[in-house]
Amino acid sequence: MTHLAVIDYGMGNLHSVAKALEHVARRADLTFKISVSADPKVLQAADRLVFPGVGAMRDCMGEIRRLGIDEILREQIQHKPVLAICVGMQALMERSEENGGVECIGLFRGEVRRFAAGQHDAKGELLKVPHMGWSEVKQRAHPLWRGIPEGSRFYFVHSYYVQPHDSAEVVGVTDYPAPFCAALARDNIFAVQFHPEKSQDSGLQLLQNFLTWSGHA
Amino acid sequence: MSLAKRIIPCLDCDNGRVVKGVKFVDIRDAGDPVEISKRYCEQGADEITFLDITASTEDRGTTIHTVEAIASEVFIPLTVGGGIRTLQDIRDMLNAGADKVGINTSAVLNPEFVREAAERFGAQCIVVAIDAKCVSGPGEPKRWEIFTHGGRKPTGLDAIAWAQKMTAYGAGEILLTSMDRDGTKNGFDLDLTRAISDAVAVPVIASGGVGNLQHLVDGIKIGKADAVLAASIFHFGEYTIPQAKAFMREQGIEVR
Repeated sequence: MTHLAVIDYGMGNLHSVAKALEHVARRADLTFKISVSADPKVLQAADRLVFPGVGAMRDCMGEIRRLGIDEILREQIQHKPVLAICVGMQALMERSEENGGVECIGLFRGEVRRFAAGQHDAKGELLKVPHMGWSEVKQRAHPLWRGIPEGSRFYFVHSYYVQPHDSAEVVGVTDYPAPFCAALARDNIFAVQFHPEKSQDSGLQLLQNFLTWSGHA
Repeated sequence: MSLAKRIIPCLDCDNGRVVKGVKFVDIRDAGDPVEISKRYCEQGADEITFLDITASTEDRGTTIHTVEAIASEVFIPLTVGGGIRTLQDIRDMLNAGADKVGINTSAVLNPEFVREAAERFGAQCIVVAIDAKCVSGPGEPKRWEIFTHGGRKPTGLDAIAWAQKMTAYGAGEILLTSMDRDGTKNGFDLDLTRAISDAVAVPVIASGGVGNLQHLVDGIKIGKADAVLAASIFHFGEYTIPQAKAFMREQGIEVR
């Protein structure tokens, strides 16, 4: 049986993530258990962790620190696969420009930046911020892309994006209009800016891949 | 490679059933929201919008239960509007599986609510719904005002100024409905759509009046909307989502 824990620090769209994971686990005929929790014991006992996030960074980091999630993550990534989503991904960086500047967990070197206002695409159309909707992701080899056609569209909704220092950690790229990091990976961690739980078939396939990923890509 | 324009079927719900009115009255029953949402998702809808249309009028909250049921079956974004009045209402909807909430009447009554909501939950999940009606006379420059309570209550607020104010307060998206066109099948109010799209930096969803597929194309090409919302053309089987996408693609619009 696989035991999956969705980290609950009170900022989530946890129902969506949990339901999507349940859906793919059932579809793949896996015996599974999904916990939604911030309890260190539960997170330590789980085989794999999902670290979602919705909301403003200052509040997110406040709760992450208050609940000790940063320390738990630092320790648990040594032992098990972790999937970070959206603000969860951003929180893994060193710091964010949001809310006047927020120190983040720092598992990846780099910053979280806001999309510049007033940029235009190749057709000369104004690009709105937030970047909201379905954009193509150019993949770089990683087991979690298995079965997902190159250039598949995923659902994004964000005004900030991560800028990692080490480009070798970038495993997915999207243009808006300049290329930005849509997926980031190292060892046991896979982090995405888009919402796999809201990206229909491609997103569900990615979640399914995560459920069977042994980590250490 | 760029961002696809979105097609968003809208489910106006009353007591757990999907309904659709003409100019916000004369309701027709269109079915079960969960079944309809699933069908649209399978057909390739880019998002689903769920509006509890009686919420403001009868002073009751949106049914969390229906939202949970939809979110359990549908793996595309879900926006929930109608009767969102407090930060707790937003929290409840997000926990039930909504990705965004639509705020309409409460924004008019208390604009600070939008600011607080965006600060707490992030601008990306705060959609300000604007119901606008043309109030200028023939021959005058076009002017639109905001109406609340299902289009019955004028507020005196100018639609463009209001959209800009709501964006400044943290709205991440504007859901713009023309009260003159809603339910008429005569197409979007393209002047209104264009005026708002040009006035704000956040995505604008055009709504109200879609009667055929050309209307969807016009909303994007002429109205400059980022997404188009429609209800009855999909609910009553006149067109499917794949037909709409194929038509938009033929007209040079990038779709998923």
